[in-house]
Amino acid sequence: MLLASEIEVAQNVGFGIIATVMVLGALNVVRSSNVVHAALSLVAVMSGAAAQYLLLSAEFVAVTQVLVYIGAVMVLFLFGVMLTRAKLGKDVDLNNDKGWALGAPVALLLLGVMSYVLIKGFKDDKIVVSGKGNDSAAANRALSDSIFSSYALPFWALSFVLLAAVIGAIVLARKD
Amino acid sequence: MLINEFLILGAVLFCIGVYGVIARKNAVLVLMSIELMLNSVNINLLAFDRLNGGNDGNVFALYIIAVAAAEVGVGLAMVLLIFRNRKTISLDDLSEMKG
Amino acid sequence: MFAAETEAAAQAAGWFLEHAWLVPLIPGVAFFLIIGFGKRMPRGGSEIGIASMVAALVISAGAAYQWIDQAAHESVAVVKEWEWLKIGDLRITIGSRIDGLAVIILLLVAFISTLVQVYSTEYVRGDRRYTHFFGSITLFSAGMLTMVLAPNMVQFILGWEIMGLCSFLLIGHWWEERENSEAALKAFWTVRVGDMGLLVGTAMLLFTFKTLDISEINAKAAEFAGDNKTLMWAAVALFIACIGKSGQFPLHTWLPDAMAGPTPVSSLLHSSTMVVAGVFLVARLYPVFHTGLDINVAGNQFNLIAVIGGITILIAAALAFVQNDIKKVLAYSTVSQLGYMMMGLGVGAWVPAVFHIFTHAFFKCCLFLCAGSVAHTGSHHSFDMKQDMGGLRKKMPITFWTWIVSTAALCGVPFFSGFFSKDEIIDSAKHNDYKVFFVVGLIGAFMTTAYMTRATYLTFFGKPRGGAAHFLHDLEHGHGGSAHSAADASPDHRKGKPLPILGGTDSPWQITVPLIILGTLALVSGYLNAAPFKWHKFEGWVVSSIGLHVGEEPGMVPEPPVFSWANALPSILLVAAGFAVSLVLCKALFGEKKTALQGLTTRNPLLGAGHRFLVNKYYLDALYEKVIVRSIAHPISKAVYWTNQNILDGIVDAVGKGGKRTGDLVYKYVDQALVDGAVNGSGATARGAGGALQPVQSGKVNLYGALLFGAAAVGALVLVLVNS
Repeated sequence: MLLASEIEVAQNVGFGIIATVMVLGALNVVRSSNVVHAALSLVAVMSGAAAQYLLLSAEFVAVTQVLVYIGAVMVLFLFGVMLTRAKLGKDVDLNNDKGWALGAPVALLLLGVMSYVLIKGFKDDKIVVSGKGNDSAAANRALSDSIFSSYALPFWALSFVLLAAVIGAIVLARKD
Repeated sequence: MLINEFLILGAVLFCIGVYGVIARKNAVLVLMSIELMLNSVNINLLAFDRLNGGNDGNVFALYIIAVAAAEVGVGLAMVLLIFRNRKTISLDDLSEMKG
Repeated sequence: MFAAETEAAAQAAGWFLEHAWLVPLIPGVAFFLIIGFGKRMPRGGSEIGIASMVAALVISAGAAYQWIDQAAHESVAVVKEWEWLKIGDLRITIGSRIDGLAVIILLLVAFISTLVQVYSTEYVRGDRRYTHFFGSITLFSAGMLTMVLAPNMVQFILGWEIMGLCSFLLIGHWWEERENSEAALKAFWTVRVGDMGLLVGTAMLLFTFKTLDISEINAKAAEFAGDNKTLMWAAVALFIACIGKSGQFPLHTWLPDAMAGPTPVSSLLHSSTMVVAGVFLVARLYPVFHTGLDINVAGNQFNLIAVIGGITILIAAALAFVQNDIKKVLAYSTVSQLGYMMMGLGVGAWVPAVFHIFTHAFFKCCLFLCAGSVAHTGSHHSFDMKQDMGGLRKKMPITFWTWIVSTAALCGVPFFSGFFSKDEIIDSAKHNDYKVFFVVGLIGAFMTTAYMTRATYLTFFGKPRGGAAHFLHDLEHGHGGSAHSAADASPDHRKGKPLPILGGTDSPWQITVPLIILGTLALVSGYLNAAPFKWHKFEGWVVSSIGLHVGEEPGMVPEPPVFSWANALPSILLVAAGFAVSLVLCKALFGEKKTALQGLTTRNPLLGAGHRFLVNKYYLDALYEKVIVRSIAHPISKAVYWTNQNILDGIVDAVGKGGKRTGDLVYKYVDQALVDGAVNGSGATARGAGGALQPVQSGKVNLYGALLFGAAAVGALVLVLVNS
């Protein structure tokens, strides 16, 4: 049972605003008829995500998100849009005919199932989002310890994946 | 804060991403929808990490971001190649696998 | 003496008596060998036949010798049998039962079969079915020998039927000519009518005495007291079989027609051996007949056997007068003599009747073989006395003299064998108070002499006619001294050599040697039981087989009469009278001088009618074939044909139609609608399903993604529902 004293108003309000922005942005990604608008909405979503990460005291991930996702991936997307000669401005050819008739039910079904499960499963579980008692440096240290010791193998694999991706992308996209 | 707030947010974003994958014809837009889904997964992971203590979720989220970056790189390279060959990235026209 | 044989008796017997079962077995095996290998053998199988008969003859002779040896002190039948069927208490066996009667007949059959087979090697030389002929004749001998030493009625009937079969096969040997096959069928069917009696009689005996063993039947019949009605009917039934087989009136009609077969067949089957099977049956089961038909019961003047025998004697003798075919004369003579044997058994003269079987076989066989010799050599294969014979006595001396000896024996001329057997019968008839049959016997003797004189005159005396004329002409002009001139020699006709005695113009030696042997026996065999000289050897050997005591009390067979020349005088006088009268008539009718007697029957209507009556054999054949057979067979055959066409064929057609209609229905409803429907339906379903599922493989990534997530959602839902 939620007691009034336990509700942290500020965090909830913050979360609410950011969540709204994210959802609206997401909806724009999938419903917009302008490719560039969709891309930019995606940027908004990702920024919102970064803000949420901060709320969740995952500062390192938030920063990585902004650097990598927004900074690199979205730029990549925009380059892709440009290089595939996407129509700038309104484009009528972006949606499958009757695509929503198939997509909406599936999405809604999935949403329904997942919400039901989540609500049923994690009814009153709380997480602490206050900044008190959060030692970011220690947390980062612990994070780096994790990455380079416990999860060193995935780290190495990941590096190979990135290498392969880079080389692969170059090979794929070469002109000759 | 209820954890459910984050989780449901993640679920909503995921489902919107699913809708996007199904409904969008442009290949780049489909890839964007996939990014949506990956982001929702990240939110999920980090929320659970906050619930349970530990930092495995953080690590995993970082790895997802890295993989997503790689994937988008390769994916877009392919889209470019298809565009170069077919002059279209409309998934309707790219249905060679029909039948 | 008539009780069941003991082991001790069997052990006391000799090797031949104990192994007498070999006697029918060897010819039986030879039959199969002849049929299997005869054609490949150098002499066409006759070697096997003759060898087997000689072997049988040797064993029979040995058995006869051993029986005679022991007959004086031990006259118990020697039985050797193997049981092959047991039904409750009834034991049916196969094997041999040797006693005096059996061993004598055994020897007789084996001996005559051997002679006839030797004769046949020349007579049927070059025949189209030489091997089969020898096979059938050997099988016949096997059958008769089986019957003769049968220990029970089953084996007896087996032998009887084998003989019937062989008679059919042999009469119809040249079946390509229609009359031969018809004669064979007539013989078979007529005897078959009689055979029904055999089966019924045997069944009645089984019912009455609960046994099929001959010794037991005889013993029980001998001791039978009380009402003999069942026994009488059994005897009547069995006698009907004898009427058929032994050619008694009224079933005698087949015997003259049976002359269509080759002469050796006539001499073996239809004179000496097969036709006496009926007489043998009566002699073998004499207690049954004696008790059943009240033979020798005081005051009984008539009984079935004697009456039938007597009638047969007379009617057959009458018919012999109007025959032109020499074999038919001899056939009717056989019927007549069989009548004598039956009459003898009917008046209680058992030993004379059996002795007459014995002597009759020799002289009648000899007569037939002489007829064959005449046909083979003298008359160009013709048996017609009036057309193709005459004046042959000088150039066929052996044939002529053996004929004369045998005729004398047949007529009962004193000191020939027939005198000692036939006249005994006539004498016994008088002695046993059967006056009527005494007279019948005398009349028969007169007629026998008369017709035999006629036949002799026509064949050997007088002017040569037709074939005989050719033969004598060829001889005169030296066209070869043997049977055929070069012109009508067949390609494989290796001519036999005649005996070099008496001119060497007679038939080849294979023919004349048996004639000489049989003629000699016709002369001397009578002395085995010569009443005038009180020699009763034969009687001593066989009297134990009667099955009844010999004496003057009721239920016993009377003692044979004591011979006196006074008793024999009537028959001797009648024989002489018959000879004289016949000779005069023959000279008048057939001689060269024209007399008033010639052509008498054409001028005088009464005599002509009588002549026609005799020529048509008393119209008995017409009665049997046209009236009886047709009235029974035609309606039956019509009914059967109707049944066949309408009922049997109707059923078959209906089944066919029903089957077809069922097939059509099945085709229409089951095959086309159901099965094909199911098959087509499954195909359509598959196509439909395929068509329905085809859009899933659209090639569009979006759709694949939708499916993927949709499936995941559904899966999650299911998991939630399951686990909630």
